[in-house]
Amino acid sequence: MDNFFNDTPDFKFHLEHPEVKKIVKLKEHDFTEADKYEYAPLNHEDAVDSYEKILEIVGDICGNTIATNAESVDIEGPKIKDNVVVYAKGTSENYDALYKAGLIGMSLPRQYGGLNFPLLPYVMAAEMVARADAGFANIWGLQDCAETIYEFGSEEQKDKYLPRFNRDGATAAMVLTEPDAGSDLQSVKLTATYDEEAKTWKLNGVKRFITNGDADISLVLARSEKNTTDARGLSMFIYDRKSKAVEVRHLESKLGIKGSPTCELVFKDAPVELVGKERFGLIKYVMALMNSARLGVGAQSVGIADAAYREALKYAEERAQFGKVITNFPAVYEMITNMKVRVDALRSLLYETTRFVDLSKVYEEVKKERPLTKEERMEMKNYAKLANVFTPLIKMTASEACNIIAYDSLQIHGGTGFMKDFPIERIYRDARITSIYEGTTQLQAVAAIKGVTTGVFLEQIRQYETEVSEENSEFKSVLQKLTADYEEIYHKVMETENIDYLDFHSRRLVEMAGNIIMSYLLVLNSQRDEKFLKSAKIFINLARSENRERYDYIQNFDPEALELYKIEGGSLEG
Amino acid sequence: MRPLKIIVMAKQVPDTRNVGTDAMKPDGTVNRGKLPAIFNPDDLHALELALNIKDRVPGTTVTILTMGPQRAADIVREGYYRGADDGIMISDRRFGGADTLATSYTIAQAIKKMAPYDLILGGRQAIDGDTAQVGPQSADKLKIPQVTYVEEIVEINEDEIIAKRRLEKGVETVSSPFPCLMTVHGSSPECRSRIAKKVMQYKYARTNTELGSKNTDVALLDLHKKRPYLTIPEWGVEDIDADPDKIGLAGSPTKVKSVESIVLTANETKILSDSDADVEGMIKELIENHTIG
Repeated sequence: MDNFFNDTPDFKFHLEHPEVKKIVKLKEHDFTEADKYEYAPLNHEDAVDSYEKILEIVGDICGNTIATNAESVDIEGPKIKDNVVVYAKGTSENYDALYKAGLIGMSLPRQYGGLNFPLLPYVMAAEMVARADAGFANIWGLQDCAETIYEFGSEEQKDKYLPRFNRDGATAAMVLTEPDAGSDLQSVKLTATYDEEAKTWKLNGVKRFITNGDADISLVLARSEKNTTDARGLSMFIYDRKSKAVEVRHLESKLGIKGSPTCELVFKDAPVELVGKERFGLIKYVMALMNSARLGVGAQSVGIADAAYREALKYAEERAQFGKVITNFPAVYEMITNMKVRVDALRSLLYETTRFVDLSKVYEEVKKERPLTKEERMEMKNYAKLANVFTPLIKMTASEACNIIAYDSLQIHGGTGFMKDFPIERIYRDARITSIYEGTTQLQAVAAIKGVTTGVFLEQIRQYETEVSEENSEFKSVLQKLTADYEEIYHKVMETENIDYLDFHSRRLVEMAGNIIMSYLLVLNSQRDEKFLKSAKIFINLARSENRERYDYIQNFDPEALELYKIEGGSLEG
Repeated sequence: MRPLKIIVMAKQVPDTRNVGTDAMKPDGTVNRGKLPAIFNPDDLHALELALNIKDRVPGTTVTILTMGPQRAADIVREGYYRGADDGIMISDRRFGGADTLATSYTIAQAIKKMAPYDLILGGRQAIDGDTAQVGPQSADKLKIPQVTYVEEIVEINEDEIIAKRRLEKGVETVSSPFPCLMTVHGSSPECRSRIAKKVMQYKYARTNTELGSKNTDVALLDLHKKRPYLTIPEWGVEDIDADPDKIGLAGSPTKVKSVESIVLTANETKILSDSDADVEGMIKELIENHTIG
């Protein structure tokens, strides 16, 4: 009887963060919904108690259903039968359990049957689901699409589609990529034409690498403006599977996340509804959708990292060599402790980011009902700014780290880890996609570098600095030194006024900022719960040496040496 | 199909499956304080069967009936969380110390008060006593048919309910008229999980005794005034017209003479070769100590 919520006290800890009070109050409209909905909270404590109780249900389903099905799902995988994607048996069981427990549409407002949860508990649920089975986390996590319909759909569309999530357990898909439009979504070709006679939009063309492509409700990016080739010709549409106008031509055979069907779809005069305004498909709606998906991959990565760490620890504690349990060997305990510390740090960054996203979103919501005060407007702007750079930061950092942790965990297993006998081989394969989809690490760096160049990261670091208590001044001085190095090296890069040079080092700069931020978060955590003190100490050790390496690399890197790296004949024209 | 009225008998039991070293007192009795109190596992299977029928027959209601000290109100709340419509708690100090005879009398009295009903479900047995007697004895006292070891409901129609029984050497399919009582086998489907909205809606359900405790929040009392369904009915001796001689210790002829705590001193495993001499030696030993023969 494993419960993934109860065995991870960090969730409660992160729900107790002081900022959460503000999120809940705004999200619950000052707790005025209790008269209308008998499951609405009466006050802050009641709301948080409900989050915990519901997360306990998720933790139970994760521990006792999803995790136990993970192996068979990985082996069986989905299939196409009569143009319908049939999930592996375990996948259907997982989804059914979550659906029956009323956990689809967690963050939707109550009027649409949702639980009106902030993102914070929802992302915690996503982390647990990913720890249980990273592939299944995609199918469940695509309920994010409901958020997008809620944010940008018409009243009619909201009434029509949103209640289906919680009531019927509708599944969703975001249908964006094509054979020639992966990272570069502005070259999407799927055509949308308005059929004057039928008074509806129709889609024609091919989509590829679509996760859960045969979902009940799909959000599709298509070219609605003839003779255009860029982002401004793209709009977003809702496709309802009931229309039966899409062929599932092929399921990809993948390295990992095998339970999650990756589809090639052929749209054949498929009737769809336009979401929002024409031409805003990519530039506004997909960007919003992608941001929540990136946060989702952040959560997925932390879940994978935690699973890998636990597998390593479990194995090492039982494995004896040379007459000793292997956790007694420095080379082994260093690896395992570093895994644990990184999980603590990543989780702190994940929930810090989630709080920023939550706060910026709740203000957007309140804005629809009443004008915001000047102070609130300022806050909203500030949180939106933070959310914009922290989201790619967590996506990039957590996905890269979960790969390293999975690699090390497999290493701890030795030869056994290379066999199919232990869950780590699946976790290792599943981890690999996280730094690729929903924007590769390289693209996250392009988004997150704005946090470096605009000074948003630095400003936030300075804010953390003021929150460090007297007794932690030793940490503070170490981190101030790291911050000074970061500032110095960043200025050095900027002074070259060479965009390629900045791009070249952008990941390094973002990682330096990320390390300082995670260090501060652990120090601040330790002020609320001293169990984080050890993690803070160890993480700062790692951060210091990693940042020093990046600093030295950049410091000694002559901008002109960039030429040495260039690959000739790389352009399409050449 | 007309809707059914189902009563699920459920018991709170010490979790004897997760026994630590301090689970037993020196005198050999169960140290209830050291064991977490849980929903009896077989009763959860009974609840699932009831909820499954509710899914199949629209309009069907499921009422949880439990008997025990105040903390057993958790069973009613758990029932609500998983989809039960109602809950009733039989609780009175005078019911304490009941054996299966007194318990089944008490439960039967309560069920009589709940008439009319169509179906009574309960777990095959509780993990604290493992007697499997309370279900059959209750049916006997209610003078209704009983079907034990039920694994699956095959069919329900106006006049009868057809169930599969899981027996030691096979499966038996039987039909019973309404009303009837069934005890449910652990091989039937696991109970569905708690339902998010129900948990949030019913987490403040309390009995009046619970509400009456000194540290009850005023806001909680107000909430119960506003939402009367949150107050769990509590039935005592008079409420169910019970004969005081048939309940509690007075109504319990079962007397435990003594309980021994067995500590195994010898090694639990003995390795024997497959030689005839070894096998013969073992058989002799087993016959001598009356394990076989």
